Amino acid sequence: MNIIEIQNLKKYYDEVKAVDDVSFSVEKGEFFAFLGVNGAGKSTTISVLCGQQKRTGGSVKVAGRDVDEAPAEIRKKLGVVFQNSALDRSLSVRDNLKYRAALYGVTGKAFEAKLEELTALFGLEELLKRPVGKLSGGQRRRADIARALVHSPEILILDEPTTGLDPQTRKNVWETVNAIRKVRGVTVFLTTHYMEEAADADRVVILDGGKILANATPLELKNRYTGDFITLYGVREEDVRALGLPYEKVGEAVRIAVENTAAATELILKYPRLFTDYEITKGKMDDVFLAVTGKKGE
Amino acid sequence: MKTLSYLIARNCKVYFRDKGVFFTSLMAPLILLFLFVAFLGNVYRDSIRSVAQGFRLSDALVESIAAGWLISSLLAVCAVTIAFTANTIMVQDRVSGQAADILVSPVPRSLVALGYFLSTFFVTAIVCFVALGAGMIYIGVAGWHLSAADVFLAVADTLLLTLFGTALSSVVCHFLRSQGAITGVQATVSAAYGFLCGAYMPIGNLAAGLKNAIMFLPGTYGTGLLHAHLMGSAIGEAGAGLPAEAAAQVVKGMRDGFDCNLYFFGGAAPPWVCYLVLAVATVLLVGLYILLCARRRR
Repeated sequence: MNIIEIQNLKKYYDEVKAVDDVSFSVEKGEFFAFLGVNGAGKSTTISVLCGQQKRTGGSVKVAGRDVDEAPAEIRKKLGVVFQNSALDRSLSVRDNLKYRAALYGVTGKAFEAKLEELTALFGLEELLKRPVGKLSGGQRRRADIARALVHSPEILILDEPTTGLDPQTRKNVWETVNAIRKVRGVTVFLTTHYMEEAADADRVVILDGGKILANATPLELKNRYTGDFITLYGVREEDVRALGLPYEKVGEAVRIAVENTAAATELILKYPRLFTDYEITKGKMDDVFLAVTGKKGE
Repeated sequence: MKTLSYLIARNCKVYFRDKGVFFTSLMAPLILLFLFVAFLGNVYRDSIRSVAQGFRLSDALVESIAAGWLISSLLAVCAVTIAFTANTIMVQDRVSGQAADILVSPVPRSLVALGYFLSTFFVTAIVCFVALGAGMIYIGVAGWHLSAADVFLAVADTLLLTLFGTALSSVVCHFLRSQGAITGVQATVSAAYGFLCGAYMPIGNLAAGLKNAIMFLPGTYGTGLLHAHLMGSAIGEAGAGLPAEAAAQVVKGMRDGFDCNLYFFGGAAPPWVCYLVLAVATVLLVGLYILLCARRRR
């Protein structure tokens, strides 16, 4: 069942076509990734989806209802984590959650119950009374995500949630998001320009210049737009060169590019003495993105 | 109503917790206090004696009148300048992305706008009434001549002027989209408003053209009302011991000299006219604010 359906969405600013005839759908419970460089049209699409901006054309439906027909009803289904933290820095985490929850009618005992649940889920016990301005980037992000979930939305929209965070904090954020998906079964709509963040998604849409260039699962994208790679260990470079295939040295190993897994199997069977210590990997999302857009991703 | 109360509570809390914003809001009254302590106090005292047209006034009465002038001027300035600073929250929310976060909730924009308006009013009223309370103590120490009616009317003047300041600042801040813009507006208002509303210098001391121009500004009438209610009774004592006609002449001269009586191109503007001007201006500004909010397109 599709929880989000977007058909022929257009958003123009005078001559600039920020989003140009975009169509896609997101299934309930899916981890959906919207991949593109800055300016691709990701955030504009999110703004239209959230009812913050009027669209130039097309239709945008959430849970079967057009966003313009029932904006308040639809907004209750959405929890949004913006690229920049939307928490009040001078207020405590508790106050931030309280005031945000009140916007959705969650107050009093209902809020206390929700606060207890989120505190346990996000490990916020120590942070509740601290002003947001005194939290680390990762702690703030956790509080941001908790804030987006305080009204139990069906869809969690993460608009470049890890931009500017260090690798460890990014990892922590993703552990948190994955925990939410497992516990709540919430649909996650991610926009990102980090290629590898999209690799774990159920489906990926690659957007560039306001247009969709690809829409498939990460595996399908890798199979369609990149080959496989065999990484060989403990071999001489001249033996690899003799295979006549493109390769590159990666530290002490050599990485050979092949068309697909079948070609890799054929090669291994043909040269069993060469392939004694090796691994076969699919291409990365970076390779997919480069092949699809002609642009190098992050 | 519940959501509105949470919006107001959040805005007020952010204002009072943000020390930078809070102290900036006190800039104008602090400047006035500094000027009064540094040199304006003596200027006013000399001025009071000279306006008394040669009749000897007791030092205690001069002190009481000077205190009334200071506190009424202070309140007249505070009611507008603090409203501008309190509305910083609205502009900061736009700059920081908080506004976007609030607007993805089901809460109607009109309620959000009303929340900003009312929180600005409450913040301004709180600060002004604290100032009024402290001012009453100061006047009491300098020499209490106020009647219960004076106190009641001073409270009413403060409330009305606060509402006017809230409406004026809401309209101006509606157009501001950056931190630089709000800082610039605050600095300008803090520096200029006291002169423009006749709080720093009696209007009679200004050049004829400026004097008439100032009378087109509604804030001037609020200042006049506060002067009348916080100085009027003390000035009334100035004629004590004189023949009725001479006393009336002295009192009128002093009331005219210290803007307790206002004149629009030579014609007297009695208190009911002052209230009417202020009320009409406030209603028009509130109407304009509602219109601006309604016209803002997503």
